Amino acid sequence: MIHSLFLVNSSGDIFLEKHWKSVVSRSVCDYFFEAQERASEPENVPPVIPTPHHYLISVLRHRIYFVAVIQSEVPPLFVIEFLHRVVDTFQDYFGVCTEAAIKDNVVVVYELLEEMLDNGFPLATESNILKELIKPPTILRTVVNTITGSTNVGEQLPTGQLSVVPWRRTGVKYTNNEAYFDVVEEIDAIIDKSGSTITAEIQGVIDACVKLTGMPDLTLSFMNPRLLDDVSFHPCVRFKRWEAERILSFIPPDGNFRLLSYHVSSQNLVAIPVYVKHNITFREGSSQGRFELTLGPKQTMGKGVEAVLVNSQLPRGVLNTNLNPSQGTYTFDPVTKLLTWDVGKINPQKLPSLKGSMSLQAGASKPDENPTINIQFKIQQSALSGLKVNRLDMYGEKYKPFKGIKYMTKAGKFQVRT
Amino acid sequence: MLSMSTNNSSYNDQGGADSAVEIGQETTPTSNSGAGFGLFSTDFKKNDDLKEMLENNKESLKLEAMKRIVGLIAKGKNASELFPAVVKNVASKNIELKKLVYVYLVRYAEEQQDLALLSISTFQRALKDPNQLIRASALRVLSSIRVPIIIPIMMLAIKEAASDMSPYVRKTSAHAIQKLYSLDPDQKEHLIEVIEKLLKDKSTLVAGSVVMAFEEVCPERIDLIHKNYRKLCNLLVDVEEWGQVVIISMLTRYARTQFTSPWREDGVFDENSERAFYESDEEKTRDDTEIKPYTMDPDHRLLLRNTKPLLQSRNTAVVMSVAQLYWHLAPRNEVSIVTKSLVRLLRSHREVQYIVLQNIATMSIQRKGMFEPYMKSFYVRSTDATHIKSLKLEILTNLANEANISTILREFQTYVKSQDKQFAAGTIQAIGRCATNISEVTDTCLNGLVLLLSNRDETVVAESVVVIKKLLQAQPSQHSDIIKHMAKLLDNITVSMARASILWLIGEYCERVPKIAPDVLRKMAKSFTSEEDIVKLQTVNLAAKLYLTNSKQTKLLTQYILNLGKYDQNYDIRDRTRFIRQLIVPNEKSGALSKYARRILLAPKPAPVLESAYKDRDRYQLGTLSHTINTKASGYLELSDWPAVAPDQSVRNVEVIEPVKEWAPSLGKTGKSKPAKSSDDKFYSDSGEEEEDEKGSGTSSSNDGSSSSSAGLSLCLCVPPPGPVLYLPETYSPSDLRHCVDIGFVKQLLFRVSGYLHVFRSVTVSYVVPFVPQEVKLQKEVSLLDLDDCELTDVKPWSVLSPSLLTDLEGLSLSNISTMQVSGPAFVPEKSHNLLHRMTGKGLAAQYQFTRQPCLYQPNMVSVQISLTNTSDHRLEQIHIGERSPAGLKIHCFNTIEFLEPDASVTVSMGIDFNDSTQAANFQLCTKEDQFSVSIQPAVGDLFLAVTMTEQDFRKEQGKLQGMNECSATITVTAENTSSQPLNRRVAAMANVGVVPSGQDNVHRFAGKTACSGAVLLVTVELRESSAAVITINTEKSVMGSMLLRDLKKSLAQA
Repeated sequence: MIHSLFLVNSSGDIFLEKHWKSVVSRSVCDYFFEAQERASEPENVPPVIPTPHHYLISVLRHRIYFVAVIQSEVPPLFVIEFLHRVVDTFQDYFGVCTEAAIKDNVVVVYELLEEMLDNGFPLATESNILKELIKPPTILRTVVNTITGSTNVGEQLPTGQLSVVPWRRTGVKYTNNEAYFDVVEEIDAIIDKSGSTITAEIQGVIDACVKLTGMPDLTLSFMNPRLLDDVSFHPCVRFKRWEAERILSFIPPDGNFRLLSYHVSSQNLVAIPVYVKHNITFREGSSQGRFELTLGPKQTMGKGVEAVLVNSQLPRGVLNTNLNPSQGTYTFDPVTKLLTWDVGKINPQKLPSLKGSMSLQAGASKPDENPTINIQFKIQQSALSGLKVNRLDMYGEKYKPFKGIKYMTKAGKFQVRT
Repeated sequence: MLSMSTNNSSYNDQGGADSAVEIGQETTPTSNSGAGFGLFSTDFKKNDDLKEMLENNKESLKLEAMKRIVGLIAKGKNASELFPAVVKNVASKNIELKKLVYVYLVRYAEEQQDLALLSISTFQRALKDPNQLIRASALRVLSSIRVPIIIPIMMLAIKEAASDMSPYVRKTSAHAIQKLYSLDPDQKEHLIEVIEKLLKDKSTLVAGSVVMAFEEVCPERIDLIHKNYRKLCNLLVDVEEWGQVVIISMLTRYARTQFTSPWREDGVFDENSERAFYESDEEKTRDDTEIKPYTMDPDHRLLLRNTKPLLQSRNTAVVMSVAQLYWHLAPRNEVSIVTKSLVRLLRSHREVQYIVLQNIATMSIQRKGMFEPYMKSFYVRSTDATHIKSLKLEILTNLANEANISTILREFQTYVKSQDKQFAAGTIQAIGRCATNISEVTDTCLNGLVLLLSNRDETVVAESVVVIKKLLQAQPSQHSDIIKHMAKLLDNITVSMARASILWLIGEYCERVPKIAPDVLRKMAKSFTSEEDIVKLQTVNLAAKLYLTNSKQTKLLTQYILNLGKYDQNYDIRDRTRFIRQLIVPNEKSGALSKYARRILLAPKPAPVLESAYKDRDRYQLGTLSHTINTKASGYLELSDWPAVAPDQSVRNVEVIEPVKEWAPSLGKTGKSKPAKSSDDKFYSDSGEEEEDEKGSGTSSSNDGSSSSSAGLSLCLCVPPPGPVLYLPETYSPSDLRHCVDIGFVKQLLFRVSGYLHVFRSVTVSYVVPFVPQEVKLQKEVSLLDLDDCELTDVKPWSVLSPSLLTDLEGLSLSNISTMQVSGPAFVPEKSHNLLHRMTGKGLAAQYQFTRQPCLYQPNMVSVQISLTNTSDHRLEQIHIGERSPAGLKIHCFNTIEFLEPDASVTVSMGIDFNDSTQAANFQLCTKEDQFSVSIQPAVGDLFLAVTMTEQDFRKEQGKLQGMNECSATITVTAENTSSQPLNRRVAAMANVGVVPSGQDNVHRFAGKTACSGAVLLVTVELRESSAAVITINTEKSVMGSMLLRDLKKSLAQA
């Protein structure tokens, strides 16, 4: 399946290579570099590139291309999904997944890759299994290892590998037993010029942080499970139970994991939490353009809108801007033409606005299209769809765990066309 | 000194990597620890010091050296000369060192075959190690060393590992098969034997890997799969996700060779075939197949059913592979269940989107309907990558039809203005395609495109010209205006493709624009030399066509152009010129062809068909690499066509292995010592054969019949547990109750002990019920929980149960943020309604009543209490609920009443999910002999649950439910209703709402929530002077709000 892996940084250097079968010359990446040159943006490099003898499948994350070399037919998503899993694992181990972090931990990276694939076929990708095989590097452990001569590498086969609950190791112990669940919803929307919603949908996830002793068996039920139109589960969730009763029943992995991602049925009307008033005009023949933007809360269920960040790709003809924010700070990069306005919190009494003028290239004709405005925001303590967790119960263990749940709404791809 | 400095570096994990960088001498030296070496060392020296370190006795030094070497390998540097020094450490006790040596060995063994042989004996020893991890890793490395000489050793090791105790080692051996095969394909026959053996393995760990080996080594040996087919289907859910992908794609191929096509025109097939599974696998419904036109093979159905849950996988590759399986194998009407999941994947990473969109593009050509409801998910965002944008555009175009074209075109208008010009050009092509496909909008599109001709951006204009050309070709008659307009444009457009298109158009329709055409030719003659090749070719074409139609005006011009063309640098143009000259200019040498010049050049040309680039992609299996790159990738296995006649299906039959004997001796041990473990096993699999044995030990010793796979479960529950008291759990928390009261206490006991049973709740109900009476007698103190119990008719179960249970529920509730608490009803109307009259019911009379309590079965149901009375003179047996309508109606039925003596009556409770509507729930009440259709019609007020909240919260909630969500009316209330108590009672009688304490005397507030969706309902009654009152209802469910308002108006107005 996966023959080799090359890690390429943004300047086009291969800084790590790993082969699972016989060695493939790194010159195979030339085809990739060619495609990279042709692409205007880093994101535009096609994920699948055929070459005469190999196929290159790549993913781009944290400005590093992970290029897998394939020799024969394999579902491309299989490779892509695996590469993303590799990135997630690195992130899990090193906190960040940057070129520097990978170079610093090259031995751990190599050991990990060795365990994750055997002959190109995924072997162990569950983070808890990997962590038993290869302990994540910490400063303390590095010091201890040097003194005692012990290693980061486990000697026994992780128990999870053989059990039917491979995501959980046995013998977990905590003094404080806690289970926290974060319901995070993202609203994706396209708002048109006149402020009406073209499309809006809500996607959500439940991220969990479970630190419970032993083998707890949890059930989590919702007040309104009907809202969930389409769901995908962590493998630990018992599908049958969900089908029959709309209850999430599972033996949780230890630590952080994503329990569920869901899509809220599109029949429900989505409440748009913020509105944007805009007036962006370019006049023909004039080298000045007008820019006015006002944000306000709309249907926020009484919660405040925080961490608002507006950015917009202005047309190429704009040379510079002279804007005046009523709150927050704004920046404009004259090279990329990216306008960013860090608004902060929206105060419903005094709506934030950004007004001023844009100077255009003299003599150039007026741009065809007004820029699209992308908005990010957060609303704490509320899930936009109204999804509510009813209760969480634990079976199988006798202690009383501490349970907590948090709701949050975020903007996903929230765009306003002007 | 040396050892000091290296020790230094090992204090810091960066040391290894940094010094490796040093050695590479590619990057600037950054590390402190290595800087000392950097001054005097060459590459040779470096390696020398590594060698010394490896030969040192200190493990830490060796490890350090290996880390640096791995760093070298990672950088792609050659470290092969260290081979002898490294290989010595292969037998090291230090496991990390050993692993790093393995990494090195695998990398360089192929180059240093002789030296690599030195390590073999170590591996052979390790293969016998008691630690399974060491055995497995030895096999992994041994099989990865690509040295032909050790092939026999590898073969032996693989065979041995294939029958290892540890499934992990067996898994490794499956991987080793592929490695050996790629090293020496001659071993195929022996390897197939091993594969055959491993395919029989029942461990989920092995399944994925062995199927992978099968696909690589012998994909043509379909016959090996037969016996394992059902097992693989059943294990699938529990296999690790990567294995699932491989197994699903193999089974897709398998199914296409073994089953007949479900894609019949008549499309009717027998769903009942499912039943066949639950019976013994041996007796097949083969007879049916001959009678009925198409019966889906039960094995085919098994595959479809067992893969369906995997659509909910978090792994995108798994979801995609199930989607392609449904696409290629499922009956047409079932394919659409994959839509939602595919659309969900669009939220994932960019690369995932790309692949999924490609597949959707192919699917949407054949099956528009599948994705049409999700059209908006394909709207382009300005932040999408270009290839994502064009794929979305492709899909939108595929989805366009008469009904949605206006929406799509409006969306396209936005895209045309995009700053990404490549994308704008793509949009114009898409508009062109819509215009040809949907004749209603052709003119609209054409006008729109003509408008675009005045666009400032050249690519947009050029693309429009090209598209207009194609559209005009389809219907040129009425569009000479547009052609003239385009002729004028020629002066300004510089994009060669557009210029060429205009020239071609004018030439083709030169008779429609007789005045303009020669003039255009004149201009082109002037600029001929500076044009692009493609424009020159079209100029020559134009000249030739004009020469034929209008030779008087253009003869000289044509000759001039032909002369220019004759000496052009490009041979194509010279060639074309020569050809045209011979064709159109009559001279003595020209042959017979020139007679037909007119017919050749001015032949009517068929309009181009604008179709999707994904039109022919469906020849590749969806989700494959070949589909993505649209060429056959190496190793691609074709999906065969359905066979006309299904091959013998009995080949898949397997002898059922009796597990009873196997588990019987171990029963005591596993059952007691590790109950949690064995029940864990159960949770995730309900039909895997291998777990069958453990299933027995989990429950009780009485399930002697749990032999065949699916029947096992129900059987083990059928048999009454001999000593029910034994099953009393040591502790049960109140929270358990909520889960258990529905089936009674017995259920709870079973549930606690054999933890896994709750997975099968729906299955268990009917079996458990017969023991209820005995249980209750034994356990008097809990009898009040047995709502369903027929002996407790005189007790009003709800009133006893609810307070304690509800407080427990409250205490445990997670949603502390919410200040709303469901409370008991303020008022329970005594009135009961007739469900079944004794005359129509042949003696069975039934009445129902809304208890207005939160339903314990499921929170979104409304609980209904039904009293059944036998007015006949004989026993009525087996009273239960039969068919219901609408089909999706969810009812929590009461348990079958075994018998009802004459003149006896019994009260049972059931839950009905009305889905927040007053639509009647229709179902059949059945006795042993008869069935009666009955219906329960809820009043709107019964669909709520009373809620208590503070006045402050009430106001807050009310603030959120303004506008559309509010309805109000002013009425005149009767005198007695003006005081608070009667008023409260009136309202509470009408609807199940709780009274909210109010600070004002004349304002009364009530709060509730809908049973199903939990939407808040707020009622405010404000009394004004002269017995007027304003009723305001705030709720999201505006229909229910207005219905309730109507009822309240009536109720408060009457005396």
